[in-house]
Amino acid sequence: MSVNADLQGRVYPPAPPYSVGREGIRAFAAAVKATHPVHSDLDAALAAGHADLVAPPTFAVVIAQNAEGAYIQDPESGIDFARVVHAEERFTHHRAIVAGDQITATVSVERARAVGTGGMVVTRTELVGADGEPVTTVLSTLMVRGED
Amino acid sequence: MSITLDSLEVGQELARTTVALNRADLVRYAGASGDFNPIHWNDRFATEVGLPGVIAHGMLTMGAAVQLVTDWIGDPTAILDYQTRFAAMVPVPDPAGSAPDQADGAQLSVVASVGKLDAAAGTVRVDLLVTLGEEKVLTKSQAVVKVAQA
Repeated sequence: MSVNADLQGRVYPPAPPYSVGREGIRAFAAAVKATHPVHSDLDAALAAGHADLVAPPTFAVVIAQNAEGAYIQDPESGIDFARVVHAEERFTHHRAIVAGDQITATVSVERARAVGTGGMVVTRTELVGADGEPVTTVLSTLMVRGED
Repeated sequence: MSITLDSLEVGQELARTTVALNRADLVRYAGASGDFNPIHWNDRFATEVGLPGVIAHGMLTMGAAVQLVTDWIGDPTAILDYQTRFAAMVPVPDPAGSAPDQADGAQLSVVASVGKLDAAAGTVRVDLLVTLGEEKVLTKSQAVVKVAQA
């Protein structure tokens, strides 16, 4: 099995909307040791001008990785998940993610290249709010190790 | 405290810290992120797939490292863009006799410096050097941060 380059350019149907919750933000902030009060203290978030608790800068990965499954687990993708190594990640924030957001994530295959029995893929996940406006763009590069 | 572009110069060190990750931190991140890949919590599985043992999630290292930038600028939403390459794995020790949630764990050094200034956009690119011992764990780790105009 190797990465199926024919899927480059494919856009998957959006994942069901992800509901961003306060406790989810608090738990993620604690896990990445993000101590700024806008992640955990509602009064501090409101005082800083936000609508609710603010997600830390890499929280979008939770939504993106969930959505990327549509491609990674697609039998056509040729990706053996046990051989996947995370190579690069990038977040471009168009606005902050806050508790209460309903976010729809759409995954597209930016690049898919076979190398031997493995390869390299880049996914682009567009996170969009309930108002249809862009929230975050997530680029993720995965290396798929070849079979030994 | 207000940081302005004209107070910064390329190459200037902004801040440094040490981030410690132990086994309990990995379990906490697995739960919070939904990334339950067993290489991050099960030694037997990790060694069976050729790793030296349990390793930290790359995304945990990336997520924890950027806190230094948040502390420096004072506002996590000033970070407009954040990217990294995962250059080396971070093995997380589980020393005999230790309480897993109190062990020192892997000690990551994080140094933030000015990579680039963009006066037109009002942003500074903060470059993060993240190392474990002598080894670079993250490379091309860059956060684009909005700063106040002078």
